Amino acid sequence: MKITMTATIAALAISLSPLTAVQASPADDVKAFQGYFKNKFKKTPFDDFVNGIYAVDPASRKQWEEIEEFPPYELAVEDGEAMWNKSFANGKGYKDCFKGKLEDIRSQYPFYDEKADTIRTIEGDINKCRTDNGEKPLKWKKGKIAALSAYIAFQGRGKPIAIKMPSSEKELAWYNKGKTFFYAKRGQLNMACADCHVYNAGKSIRADKLSPALGHPSHFPVYRSKWGSMGTLHRRYAGCNKNVRAKPFKAQSDEYKALEYFQVVMSSGLKWNGPGARK
Amino acid sequence: MQKLFNKLTVTISAIAVVGIVGFSTAVMAGGNDEGKKLAFNKKKGNCLACHTIAGGEMGGNIAPPLVAMKARFPDIAVLKAQISDARVNNPNTIMPPFAPHGILTSGEIDKIAAFIHSL
Ligand code: HEC
Ligand code: HEC
Repeated sequence: MKITMTATIAALAISLSPLTAVQASPADDVKAFQGYFKNKFKKTPFDDFVNGIYAVDPASRKQWEEIEEFPPYELAVEDGEAMWNKSFANGKGYKDCFKGKLEDIRSQYPFYDEKADTIRTIEGDINKCRTDNGEKPLKWKKGKIAALSAYIAFQGRGKPIAIKMPSSEKELAWYNKGKTFFYAKRGQLNMACADCHVYNAGKSIRADKLSPALGHPSHFPVYRSKWGSMGTLHRRYAGCNKNVRAKPFKAQSDEYKALEYFQVVMSSGLKWNGPGARK
Repeated sequence: MQKLFNKLTVTISAIAVVGIVGFSTAVMAGGNDEGKKLAFNKKKGNCLACHTIAGGEMGGNIAPPLVAMKARFPDIAVLKAQISDARVNNPNTIMPPFAPHGILTSGEIDKIAAFIHSL
């Protein structure tokens, strides 16, 4: 009984979402999604949505701007740079895995890899580079992987979020998996990402103000004062799942990769600005 | 679900009886105090996450402030139904389904309802 009810509700949630038609193309979804936020926050310039809650809450913005003057992620960026320049035991390094200009790396992720039929993420490829070269993979959510990801993000600041729109059947399957996840109610508290970050964006849930979902992935990895450390996007996803008393998925699980893919598509046209600092 | 419904009806009629008999002031005060604790407790009702409620700090503004509840809900059974499962009135609500998801027991919901009704 409970299962059928939840399914109906998830279906309803999708039909009531700003992404009206379920069959809409990703490009239509982007238009509806971004239009919803532009209309809800008329005073926020579009480019500013990369700044999370500070884009829509002038009261907390000043304090954040002061924090950004001595950014708490600076140390991580330096650690990441050292990692980038250091060779593995076999003499190779990250430079041999990530080809092209350093500043062009961040904006290439995430992308759909047809051969592996999966979504490739920056953290996923950092660890792939390590294991391909006989090194142990790093832990997924914080620490060294976040440091190297922060360095790559820092070098890629200002590049547009210009992800290829999903069009093949398999790309659309990944996209729809992420979209469904975003709108589905979950956990004992029965809340969807959209409940907090779409319908109630800008409002207060106890002492916390809710950021708009538009621009969510742009500034990751992030230094969060509450964590006292850096964390990846998937670390944040797990936290938001736990808050509604849902069992979190593993970082780099198909669920979170699909969610990242969907969120980046929705943020098309903004600019990458990682790493970030948040409360 | 049917069972739950039966249980609800039973509790509701029990309340109706109590309603006729009337609460003694001592019971009222004690009950409301407990109800308030349950409503404010982050692991229980956590109503303040979304609602502003007199006597509670940092209430959210996702939901309407809970004031003058007797005028809004003359029948406490209607209030209890709203707290038990807000989806009945709004299928897409963000308010958690407290009874069906086992977040609160029906006894706890009775106490919270008594407190909210007193606002
Ligand atoms: C109960 C409300 C709630 C739900 C449901 C929720 N979140 Fe959050 N989320 C928050 C709060 C509170 C914060 C911290 C304040 C902020 O930045 O929004 C946050 C922060 C975030 C951030 C960081 C924003 C930034 O600028 O750094 C991301 C990304 C995020 N959530 C994604 C999600 C996703 C994806 C889901 C669904 C899997 C989700 N959230 C579900 C409440 C929620
Ligand atoms: C996560 C958000 C959230 C939480 C937590 C929450 N509510 Fe609500 N509540 C709402 C919203 C939103 C509404 C508005 C109607 C709707 O959308 O369902 C509402 C409506 C109500 C109403 C009806 C108000 C009216 O005038 O019609 C009552 C009564 C109520 N809630 C009581 C409670 C109590 C008691 C608790 C805690 C046990 C609680 N709520 C917890 C979000 C919440």
